[in-house]
Amino acid sequence: MSGGLDGPEPEERATPEGRRNSQGIRIDPEVEAEPEPQRAVLSALVKHEPGVLANVSGLFRRRQFNIESLTVGPTTDPDRARITLEIKEPEPGIEQAKKQLEKLVPVISVTELESNAIRRELALIKVDGSDPDQVGAVAEMYDGKTVDVSQQSVTVEITGSEQKIDAAVETFGRFGIHEIVRTGTAALERGTRKTT
Amino acid sequence: MSERTTKPPEEEEAESDADADTTPTPVTSGATSTVRALENAGIEVMFGVQGGAIMPVYDALWDSDLRHVMMAHEQGAAHAADAYNVVSGKPGVCLATSGPGATNLVTGLADANMDSDAVVALTGQVPQHMVGSDAFQETDTTGITAPITKNNYFASDPDTVGDTVGEAVALARSGRPGPTLVDLPKDVTNAETDREPGMAQTPETYTPQDEADPESVETVADAVEAAEKPLLLFGGGVVKANAADVAREFAMEYELPVVTTMPGIGTMPEDHDLCLSWAGMHGTGYANMAINHTDLLIAVGTRFDDRLTGGIETFAPSAEVAHIDIDPAEISKNIHADYPLIGDAGRVLEQLDDALTGAPDVDDWREQCQTWKEQYPMDYAAPDDEPLKPQFVVEALDEATSDEAVVTSGVGQHQMWASQYWTFREPRKWISSHGLGTMGYGLPAAIGARLAADDDEEVVCVDGDGSFLMTVEELSVAVRENLDITIAILNNEYIGMVRQWQDAFFEGRHMAAGYSWIPEFDKLAEAFGARGWRVDDYDEVADAVEEALNYDGPSVIDFHIDPEENVYPMVPSGGANDKFALSEDQL
Repeated sequence: MSGGLDGPEPEERATPEGRRNSQGIRIDPEVEAEPEPQRAVLSALVKHEPGVLANVSGLFRRRQFNIESLTVGPTTDPDRARITLEIKEPEPGIEQAKKQLEKLVPVISVTELESNAIRRELALIKVDGSDPDQVGAVAEMYDGKTVDVSQQSVTVEITGSEQKIDAAVETFGRFGIHEIVRTGTAALERGTRKTT
Repeated sequence: MSERTTKPPEEEEAESDADADTTPTPVTSGATSTVRALENAGIEVMFGVQGGAIMPVYDALWDSDLRHVMMAHEQGAAHAADAYNVVSGKPGVCLATSGPGATNLVTGLADANMDSDAVVALTGQVPQHMVGSDAFQETDTTGITAPITKNNYFASDPDTVGDTVGEAVALARSGRPGPTLVDLPKDVTNAETDREPGMAQTPETYTPQDEADPESVETVADAVEAAEKPLLLFGGGVVKANAADVAREFAMEYELPVVTTMPGIGTMPEDHDLCLSWAGMHGTGYANMAINHTDLLIAVGTRFDDRLTGGIETFAPSAEVAHIDIDPAEISKNIHADYPLIGDAGRVLEQLDDALTGAPDVDDWREQCQTWKEQYPMDYAAPDDEPLKPQFVVEALDEATSDEAVVTSGVGQHQMWASQYWTFREPRKWISSHGLGTMGYGLPAAIGARLAADDDEEVVCVDGDGSFLMTVEELSVAVRENLDITIAILNNEYIGMVRQWQDAFFEGRHMAAGYSWIPEFDKLAEAFGARGWRVDDYDEVADAVEEALNYDGPSVIDFHIDPEENVYPMVPSGGANDKFALSEDQL
């Protein structure tokens, strides 16, 4: 093999102090802390045109951001839609996700919502119909309502925070859940604070 | 012998001169509106390949002064457009039909996306009533290219198709440049419309920041003044922003050492005392030492690619990082920026210059950088008993050409030798596939570069045997268009970089790396209608180079080089930059 160059060998070279973590942040080499993943809700106002949702979901896929939920719907402006994303990432990842989203040309603006923002999810839960009264009572406990009843099944609608839905799903489990659908989180800022 | 079906160049020229006197033909269709939009945006040259769904647009070109270069393969069209952009600074435009035409562009668009090159692709599409039916030559072009374009468009309205094309051009070249694509269904381009497209403009929501926040600039100025070992890092963004003059003046005024990234080559003259050349995996030892010992890295227009940083954990480990970039998403993406400055590279450097009250006293640091230059010279050995060394060939080409020469390359060992041993003094002279690492880039890039460069600037493609074979069909284009380019193949009958890695990391098991038979490239060149030479020995190099450069047309020199030669220095993938190996036993 040929092609070698002259000069002091690697071991002979002085190595500088310091170290970065895998996020590229300079750290105390003794501590080596890696940031923990956190949940964040991002709200993106986007142009209401074909391909936007595919672009947003494609971006999250190819950059390997963890999406917990994604919802999309129209706004009062027919040319604008709103996408709400719940993601779970270490802090630098949340920042990066926001910036990458903002970089998509059809995305108009992006905000990370405050932790006290209004967050709601809707679930339809279809359970076994053998005890409709009991099902109705549990639904009431969760401020839900029965929306469909048949010989075999009862379907209830529950709205609330993700945690509340989780709890309801667990409780309804004892009736035997046939099918379930959840919308994912929709969120808006409280009071006069604007979402985007 | 078949008859030539294209007119000789002289007649074509005469015809286009005649056309220039006539007023533009009126917009009558989506296709003519598309062409008018390109003309309005100042486009002069385009590269493409015909095909069913794009035929209306080609037909509209019949009446236009736009120069169209008919390429052999759509990938070549995209690379040619890419190189045209890098050399000229103007958007490069490529055309292709639907289906395979569009998918053949994909590699070129991904390449342009990685290197932030302003390339506009126009693709034909099946008529809208057939979209979604899996029609002949239908493919989901906007879906396929979404992740590798800055933005793409599906033009659905003949009245606005010209505006869309104009927007695609404007968006490609503004802010952080990048490729855009407009998918043109045949019913839209065929449809009648007399609506003139407006001037090319970016979408309202696209608002790149020009100037950095003044307070942040002050903070960086304080950091520069306090630094003991400040280092400037100029990336490709400095080239894109046309900021090389500002950047080098800044470096010289404050006498700060400079390293560049590979796409940033030429932003600082490589023979200047302050220039440590380029850093990274095969960068100079002195650039990599400086990177890892600086206490303030002032990075301008770079995305901290892994080939530059090596292992993130050990990259510039004791440095604060000031990062100037027009793309906010690059800030702290790979390397945390202690001082982010978002804005145009040239403008922000001017702001920083205004904010600085004096140069930091860094004589010792400059001296240290000089010491590293002396300790780690880029001096290859060329013993008499070994075959021709590629570095010698690169130096001979550099020697025989002017400072204005444009150099393109493929990807692999030859690319590294070309960038290491050619001394670049100006930006837009080193044209290569940096981020995507596309073998085969060099020849079509040379075609694009030739169309963009001035006549007195030589265009040299330093290619590898493997890279050359990937896009060799474009040689037919260079001959047909009589383009004066010199292709120097550093032929080691290997996919050389793979062979080097196999020796270093795979116990020398040369799986699918060597060619048991390789074409005689000098004869292949002659078969295409180009001139060809074969060179095996040192004493043949100078004559062949001179003859090839003097030949007014495409020429190919097949340099048979030492097949065992390796590229050094080398930072092993994920390693620390200051632990570069100088030979295989250090890996």
